[in-house]
Amino acid sequence: MDPLTLSRWQFGLTTVYHFLFVPLTLGLGWFVAYMQTRYYQTKDETFHKMAKFWGKLFLINFAIGVVTGIVQEFQFGMNWSEYSRFVGDIFGAPLAIEALLAFFLESTFLGIWIFGEGKVPEKVHLASIWLAAIGSNLSALWILLANGWMQHPVGFVIDPATGRPMLNDFFALATNPKGWLFFFHTIASGLATASFLILGVSAYHIVRQNSVTLFKRSFQMAAIVGLIAAALVIIDGHTQGQYVYQTQPMKMASIEALWNTEQPASFSVLTIGDLSGKKEVWSLRIPGVTSFLACNNFNCAVQGVYNIQAQYQQQYGPGDYIPLMVFTYWTFRFMFLTGFLMAFLAIVFLFALRKDIEKAKWMKWVPWVIVLPYIANISGWLLTEMGRQPWIVQGLLKVQDAVSPNLTTVDLLISLIGYVVVYGILAAADFYLMKKYATAGVDIPMQESVDPSSTLVGAQD
Amino acid sequence: MSYEFLQILWFILIAVLWIGFYFLEGFDFGVGMLLPFLSKKDVERRAIINAIGTTWDGNEVWLLTAGGATFAAFPQWYATMFSGFYLALFLLLVGLIIRGVSFEYRSKDPDPKWRNTFDWMIAVGSFLPALLLGTAFANLARGVPIDAKMMYTGNLFTLLNPYGLIGGLATVSVFLLHGANFLGLKLEGELRERVHALSKKLYIAAAIITALLLVGTYFYTDITTKLGVDPGITPIAAYAALLLTIFFINRKMEGWAFIMTALHIVLTQVTFFMLMFPRVMISSLNPDWSLTIYNASSSQYTLSVMSIVALIFVPIVLAYQGWTYYMFRKRISTDKKSLVY
Repeated sequence: MDPLTLSRWQFGLTTVYHFLFVPLTLGLGWFVAYMQTRYYQTKDETFHKMAKFWGKLFLINFAIGVVTGIVQEFQFGMNWSEYSRFVGDIFGAPLAIEALLAFFLESTFLGIWIFGEGKVPEKVHLASIWLAAIGSNLSALWILLANGWMQHPVGFVIDPATGRPMLNDFFALATNPKGWLFFFHTIASGLATASFLILGVSAYHIVRQNSVTLFKRSFQMAAIVGLIAAALVIIDGHTQGQYVYQTQPMKMASIEALWNTEQPASFSVLTIGDLSGKKEVWSLRIPGVTSFLACNNFNCAVQGVYNIQAQYQQQYGPGDYIPLMVFTYWTFRFMFLTGFLMAFLAIVFLFALRKDIEKAKWMKWVPWVIVLPYIANISGWLLTEMGRQPWIVQGLLKVQDAVSPNLTTVDLLISLIGYVVVYGILAAADFYLMKKYATAGVDIPMQESVDPSSTLVGAQD
Repeated sequence: MSYEFLQILWFILIAVLWIGFYFLEGFDFGVGMLLPFLSKKDVERRAIINAIGTTWDGNEVWLLTAGGATFAAFPQWYATMFSGFYLALFLLLVGLIIRGVSFEYRSKDPDPKWRNTFDWMIAVGSFLPALLLGTAFANLARGVPIDAKMMYTGNLFTLLNPYGLIGGLATVSVFLLHGANFLGLKLEGELRERVHALSKKLYIAAAIITALLLVGTYFYTDITTKLGVDPGITPIAAYAALLLTIFFINRKMEGWAFIMTALHIVLTQVTFFMLMFPRVMISSLNPDWSLTIYNASSSQYTLSVMSIVALIFVPIVLAYQGWTYYMFRKRISTDKKSLVY
């Protein structure tokens, strides 16, 4: 395999892996901060224990999100040096701002939160978890503004000497609707992810009659937040659809397997393509629905894949401008189906809470809902990034022209295998600890101590 | 503000970020490397980790910010260096990854084997970045093969030349000493005594290897043409500070010993950036192909925007990071009650 293909695999794998941990960090931080605030206000010990219990899971998850994030910042330069040269005048700014505004805030105050209880004033300890949560979410904003620029470049002119985009309007970059739509979508997804983790873990304990007051309170809180978050995700998603229609018509058409321009455009319930993924074999469609997704009415025209391909060939020269439609088509469907399922389940849970949920037979199945947001999160990003192909920056630079020209297949094999091994081990450790602390009672401390007087670390010398 | 002024300003700002990183994460890395060697008792290891527990993550952000700022202000430098030093940076990342996770995970299971494994990962994860950064910086000073198109044409082994390796070892040895000095400030009782005894040995290693680096610098870099045979006060003061460390260690003045290693690190980095300026990457193939602050920088507009952002936020960050150190300034005892697990 050539370095380009391997670089793409590496970027895809490391990014998806990173994003397995990020949404929970984004959402669970707010929950813990809120619980601790309630404890601060009411001095109700249940809230204290809640903050500590969910705080443990937050920290286990947080650790991997942070360290895999470092890889993200470095690999633009490492694997995509031509991309970095091309967009450096613009793309580096939000990354630097992210580090300066968000990473420092997040890491410094989380350190205070972990070590500060009883050592710093209670107010400071409380403020530190809020600041850490704000820091994480602020970092999401700046990285999504950076990504939003790749999807929908704004605020630049092309330098005639180098052919590279030069920033001429920072305000446009910072207010790029694409980035802000991503941001709200991601923040709400993060809250939904945390909600469904709390729902699942709480259900596990409620069924077993462990600390029922605490877990029922957590369950209720998560059901409410989960519903609101899922609703916001859906509304934002729909708004994004219209923006994709305007700014990335090819992505829109490929999501819907819309081959030729239609007015009104029909929605594909099921399309089966041929092996190339670029031709339809059979399809079942509902008229007008894609028009609704794209422009909020049932009547507008939506351009088809073939039409845009022809137009792009004229505009950008010969080439294949159609993304891997099997992916864009199915990831979209996974994403929105799980999204709606989550909203529906949250409503079911809220109704169930009016009765005695401990006795409900189906409660023992609820822990499985934890997987839902993960399916939606990963599908959503695969859709967003794969739907942009072949572009790395929409309309300006293709992925194939962005890779570092000096890298060899051996370089890439070493790093790719290395990441897979290291990330695999970390995933196992994370899963082991998450499960251990999620299923253990609430009284087990954040970090377990062993007998201090006698224990030697490591059995032998 | 003129374009050239901004380019110089950002060279200085990135230098400051690296200096801050070396100074802060330097003792973190040192503490991490010393961890498995200083004690076999779990509670003592916990105390050692707690000495940097609150702050190591924040210190590491200095590196991330240096990386981000390099991308924003000098994208050509970022692109050439990060793709050029690919495998070295990959190993550095592996180090940072296993280290960061280990701090968080090592105490989450009582099994001694689990803890010992993660403690070793902290040590290896601190050693690798220290060694690789030292090697990379020495090579930057020496010059690396860069062609007319700003492309690095070497590989990992290009970096593993004698001078590069001495740079790596010097960084490791100085960080070890710096970390020991920091622990001398933060620990108490028997553990503090042990650190004190160890720091004398570490001093000898650091003084010798750093002297080699100093000599090597005259052979392998253009220091004589750039700074002169007498390189001026900065590098001399850097080495003098290191030599003075033993004076304070012997008198158990840990605060001063720490200040001396800190000064050594800061002044060494200042020397490095003085040697580089206005180049950011020296081409060993042709001096004209070197990357400089002029041919590697972003546009005037981007640099202006970033200057405003930095002007507002850098003081804020410095204030709250400094405040954290103040809040957690107390020594850490191995008394179990006071130890956060």
